[in-house]
Amino acid sequence: MPRPKLAVWKFSSCDGCQLSLLDLEDELMAVAGAVEIAYFLEATRATAKGPYDISLVEGSITTAHDAQRIQKVRKQSKMLVAIGACANSGGIQALKNFADHEDFIRRVYARPGYISTLATSTGIADHVPVDFELRGCPVNKHQLVEVLTAALSGRKPNVPRYAECMECKRRGTVCVTVARGEPCLGPVVQAGCGGLCPAVGRGCYGCFGPMETPNTAALAARFADLGRTPAAIRDGFRLFNANAEAFREEGDRHDQA
Amino acid sequence: MSTASGILSRNDLSALFDALAARGLEVIGPTVSEGAIVLAPLDGPDALPAGWTDVQAPGAYRLHPRDDGALFGHTTPVGGWKRFLHPPTVRLFQAATTADGFTITEGAPPPPRQAFLGVRACDLTAITRLDAVFQGNPFTDPIYAGRRAGAFIIAVTCAQAGPMCFCASMDSGPDLRAPYDVALTEILESDHRFLLEAGSAEGAALLADLPLTPATDRDTAARDRQITQAADQTRALPPGTAERLGRMLDHAHWNAVAARCLSCGNCTMSCPTCFCATVEDSSSLDGATAERHRVWDSCFSLDFSYIHGGSVRESGASRYRQWMTHKLSSWHDQFGTSGCVGCGRCITWCPVGIDITEEAATFAAVDAARHPVEA
Ligand code: SF4
Ligand code: SF4
Ligand code: SF4
Ligand code: SF4
Repeated sequence: MPRPKLAVWKFSSCDGCQLSLLDLEDELMAVAGAVEIAYFLEATRATAKGPYDISLVEGSITTAHDAQRIQKVRKQSKMLVAIGACANSGGIQALKNFADHEDFIRRVYARPGYISTLATSTGIADHVPVDFELRGCPVNKHQLVEVLTAALSGRKPNVPRYAECMECKRRGTVCVTVARGEPCLGPVVQAGCGGLCPAVGRGCYGCFGPMETPNTAALAARFADLGRTPAAIRDGFRLFNANAEAFREEGDRHDQA
Repeated sequence: MSTASGILSRNDLSALFDALAARGLEVIGPTVSEGAIVLAPLDGPDALPAGWTDVQAPGAYRLHPRDDGALFGHTTPVGGWKRFLHPPTVRLFQAATTADGFTITEGAPPPPRQAFLGVRACDLTAITRLDAVFQGNPFTDPIYAGRRAGAFIIAVTCAQAGPMCFCASMDSGPDLRAPYDVALTEILESDHRFLLEAGSAEGAALLADLPLTPATDRDTAARDRQITQAADQTRALPPGTAERLGRMLDHAHWNAVAARCLSCGNCTMSCPTCFCATVEDSSSLDGATAERHRVWDSCFSLDFSYIHGGSVRESGASRYRQWMTHKLSSWHDQFGTSGCVGCGRCITWCPVGIDITEEAATFAAVDAARHPVEA
């Protein structure tokens, strides 16, 4: 039986999620044994033609060319998995959605005329149907293997949608909000990182995007009690998942500019 | 029944650790970490939180120094003892595929043998609540039972209650209400010492190995004074809460709480009696091996009530209601006791400071308005 064909695609992104795949080390050989890595430019220049059984898509859509290319990827893919904050919600580069992107271009590039870009950075699901969204900035490599394993064995991946606090508590971390008054996004952020930031005494930055039922308004009210200004509350929601619906709306509510 | 007791000097406290180690027990107890008093394995008396106390409020916890060098001069430590009896994550088994199915290659890890040093009255009662869940009839959970059987319990007398404590109104303290091996009372007046009282044959045997001097009436009087002091509590659960909540499942106030509740699960995870867990299966990429783990779950997650087609408890109101009614009302139907021992952790460790006693008081008030007492 031929092995399922895996393709890895890159759009606007930093390559960090693809690196998570390369960073698998021990499991990488097992992945290479279980699937035919048919298209993965970050790892190898050799490519095999589609269609592909599983496509992992990293990055957001920021150009007209990307918007066309993702349609082609979708047509060639049986299962499309959007990996990482960029592919899920537009990534940190979606901050341009809240400003005048022409202004950014003029400030950054010496010859702005060469730059052709959309006014927004958006996630893959805004353009084509997505079969599974794997969260994170970057994704958690164990969750990545779990998604591949589940796809290969035809089961639902074990990727919980509840709050980061659940991982934090299981790990036995002392809550930074309660014990230090440090604003933490954990209660509205999906679990998956294992509780990294609170374990080193920092509030969660929201790499894994909104949890299943994010009550952002209640958390923002708590941040205000802890002394955060409206601008700081807005900026807290406008990070790696700034354009994810729940975070975008909460950020906008505190935008008094 | 053993009546062994005696006084251990502060300077001889390492003898207690040595005697526990000689029995092959890992000592778990209070220690300062990450700005709080947590429960963790202790190397010796130096790891105890000497000269620290805690100040707790809804959604807030701070450490404060105290000038008397007290080792147990705090209230509830973070988290409680649950994690040492019902671990947050535990492997149930490992399996390998065979020609005609699969075979179990490994079971759960063997239970550790632990000594719990400094179990407070509320937490001692909480352990009996967990006993009823995990080893009450008709089912016994082997993982819990294995850890429970190996646990040596050194309870501690509370010298004062904190503002979050309400054990007195929950019938779970401040005096010790459940079996223990040794009860420890820290006495700071004149010389710093500990009154040790055996509660089991194992406890008496331990005391026999320690350099004790006889306890006097002065020592037992100090213990009783501490308990009286700790019974002075400002917080309480309104009477009749169990029946009342059962009658008010459709009340609009559940929506008002839900507007503030994050559905984050911190309350259930912090609660010393919440026992819910889910099982997670994982398999190797080639499908040759698989593992099943049991991990803490919470009724605040959507998957918790997922049956075919969707989650039964979609709204935040229905999930907060599940938590509060299970703790304070339906637990009585299920296990014959309250699911709450009045430790106050769910109040302190709720990131937005939702207070289960205040919510219960609100329900009592609206209920009273609805059903005025007949003259
Ligand atoms: S530190 Fe953050 S993630 Fe952890 S329990 Fe507190 S609020 Fe939740
Ligand atoms: S419900 Fe709250 S106060 Fe009661 S035992 Fe649980 S954590 Fe403690
Ligand atoms: S309150 Fe929720 S998490 Fe706690 S025991 Fe009940 S159902 Fe389980
Ligand atoms: S009551 Fe508090 S701790 Fe519990 S789920 Fe709601 S916000 Fe989280």
